[in-house]
Amino acid sequence: MRQRLSAGLVAGYVVLVLLAVAYLYPFLISVASSFKTDGEAVAEPLSLIPQTPTFAAYERLFTGTDIGLWGVNSVFVTLCVTLGRVFFDSLAGYALSRLRFRGRSAMFGLFIGVMAVPTVVLMVPRFLVLKELALYDTYAGMIIPLLADAAGIFIMKQFFDSIPVSIEEAARIDGAGVFRTFWSVTLPMAAPALVTLTILSFQGSWNEFAHFVVSRQSPELNTLTTGVASLVSGQLGSGSQFPLKLAAAVLMTIPVALVFFVFQRRIMSTTEGGEKG
Amino acid sequence: MATRAPATARAPRRGSTRDGESRAGWLFISPALIIVGVFLIAPIVLALWVSFTDWNGRNSPLFNDNVDVIGLDNYAAITTDDRLTRDLFGRAIRNNLFYVLLVVPLQTALALFLAVQVNRRLLKAKGFFRTAFYFPSVTSSIAITGVFLFLFQASGAVNAVLAWLQVDGPNWMADPRGIVHVVIGAFGGGEPGGWDAPGFLGVSAWEWAAGPSVAQLVLIVMAVFTTSGTFMLLFLAGLQSIGAEVGEAALMDGANARQSFFNVTLPMLRPVLFTVLTLGLIGTWQVFDQVYLTRGTPAAATLTSPAYMAYDQAFTENEPGIAAAIAFVLFLIIIAFSLLQRFVLCDRDEPSRPLLRRRGPRTIASADGGVAQGTARLRAGPTERGTGG
Repeated sequence: MRQRLSAGLVAGYVVLVLLAVAYLYPFLISVASSFKTDGEAVAEPLSLIPQTPTFAAYERLFTGTDIGLWGVNSVFVTLCVTLGRVFFDSLAGYALSRLRFRGRSAMFGLFIGVMAVPTVVLMVPRFLVLKELALYDTYAGMIIPLLADAAGIFIMKQFFDSIPVSIEEAARIDGAGVFRTFWSVTLPMAAPALVTLTILSFQGSWNEFAHFVVSRQSPELNTLTTGVASLVSGQLGSGSQFPLKLAAAVLMTIPVALVFFVFQRRIMSTTEGGEKG
Repeated sequence: MATRAPATARAPRRGSTRDGESRAGWLFISPALIIVGVFLIAPIVLALWVSFTDWNGRNSPLFNDNVDVIGLDNYAAITTDDRLTRDLFGRAIRNNLFYVLLVVPLQTALALFLAVQVNRRLLKAKGFFRTAFYFPSVTSSIAITGVFLFLFQASGAVNAVLAWLQVDGPNWMADPRGIVHVVIGAFGGGEPGGWDAPGFLGVSAWEWAAGPSVAQLVLIVMAVFTTSGTFMLLFLAGLQSIGAEVGEAALMDGANARQSFFNVTLPMLRPVLFTVLTLGLIGTWQVFDQVYLTRGTPAAATLTSPAYMAYDQAFTENEPGIAAAIAFVLFLIIIAFSLLQRFVLCDRDEPSRPLLRRRGPRTIASADGGVAQGTARLRAGPTERGTGG
């Protein structure tokens, strides 16, 4: 279908292309500048091609900082949080959607209310509780508080609501227990919502910062976010060192960028819980 | 938004299964309930207690003979006492207010604009544009702040672009001047006299009228940049559920594109608009990561937020009581702004609609579904850094 190119359409394209450039350029320039020398990064702030490409910033990053350790911590914490969150959110979502028990609507109300509590408000209070429980400055203290979230429970509950109950009833009649039915019948049917929740949990815990600021202090427990934050906020001293900071930013963005591009359609699916494949 | 008819779980008739189901229900929900109870509800209760005490952060605030209940003194310290802490709090509130007043309208308008653009049927490369606009939303606030500090340095990319346009860019992060002051100064004006006396929360009227500082503009642009993609997706979902036919019908009836958008499409998007504004308000009042990262910059005093100040009071000033009081005041501010926004948006055609309408769980689910999606997405992205829960 050929459409007459109206002035409006052309203007629309020009605006969109300019905006797309504005959205993508910061990332391209960061990658390019991480391969520049300190001097060139400052002198040529717009060029996308380093005159003398160098890995110096990356070498300094790996020799001068503990970025390897931060990466390992980030991977460990993210794996634990993502697996735990998907499992516990599904369990709770299933109970709220399917299982009849006294107090169910009260629990549902509680989780909705909890969703409304601003999380930053909880930073200091949560630190107080972690200290009381002797979990402060431990992996457990970094991981356990993140293991369930109300928004995720909500997404799972909504998805379970949309699955016909008749299929489970057949399994129940065949004598399967509640967990068995959940695990081998209903959960596999919720795969689209599980994928969505997994991706969001992965991104959320990989990018988590405030909680790791208040739940730990040892350098050995730094994740990429807290470690790179100390670089960005200039605790390294001596000059601006933009290529080094940008190299760190680029490295910590790669995993979420990969997940984003692989699961792009799922992530950007505009139907709730990603119902449509 | 939910298109499928909800399936209702029917309780089996047999009593024994019913008992089993009840036990299973509690068992299934208990891990989430324990985490929420211990790391969300208990902290709130403990912080409320701490906010009424003079605990100095050493040992435990509970069963400690050295900890005295001091009533509302911590709240007075940040609101009525004439001392530095109150002035710092006043500044933090002022800074955050400017941030909210600029970021929320800008991110909402830009997100709506992007959603309408990428939803056009004739647009080529839709996928590319959607990806480009959403990508910043999946990155880490730490990485993005690092990138923005690089872009906005005195001789950085932004000033290089401004130089092409014959504009002499400021030294962004080092410039604490409020933009209203800058504009007044450009016309040769200054403080009108008498406006520099300490006013509300110890901040002078002249400072309340300063507008965001040049340095804070960087954080504002960054917030719009990183959230507009997420909100674009929420608007896009709304536009797609309305469908193109509605707008086309209006066009057939002789409305022009603009009239059809503002009179037909936008009113139908009101639920999404509501969600976006609510999430925007909640998120912007909680700005922390970016403030933490820029705490060493020359204009840092114009960037602080109550969330950052609470952290600072607890961890560097050893004043957990004041930190907890700030957290509760912030909580009240967020509730007040959400209610105000709800009131303003609901007022027009549904005057009888109470603030919290009695709804069954099922309708709450569909109405708040967008909120759940949005919350989860924002917490995964760079601006609204959630601490789970």
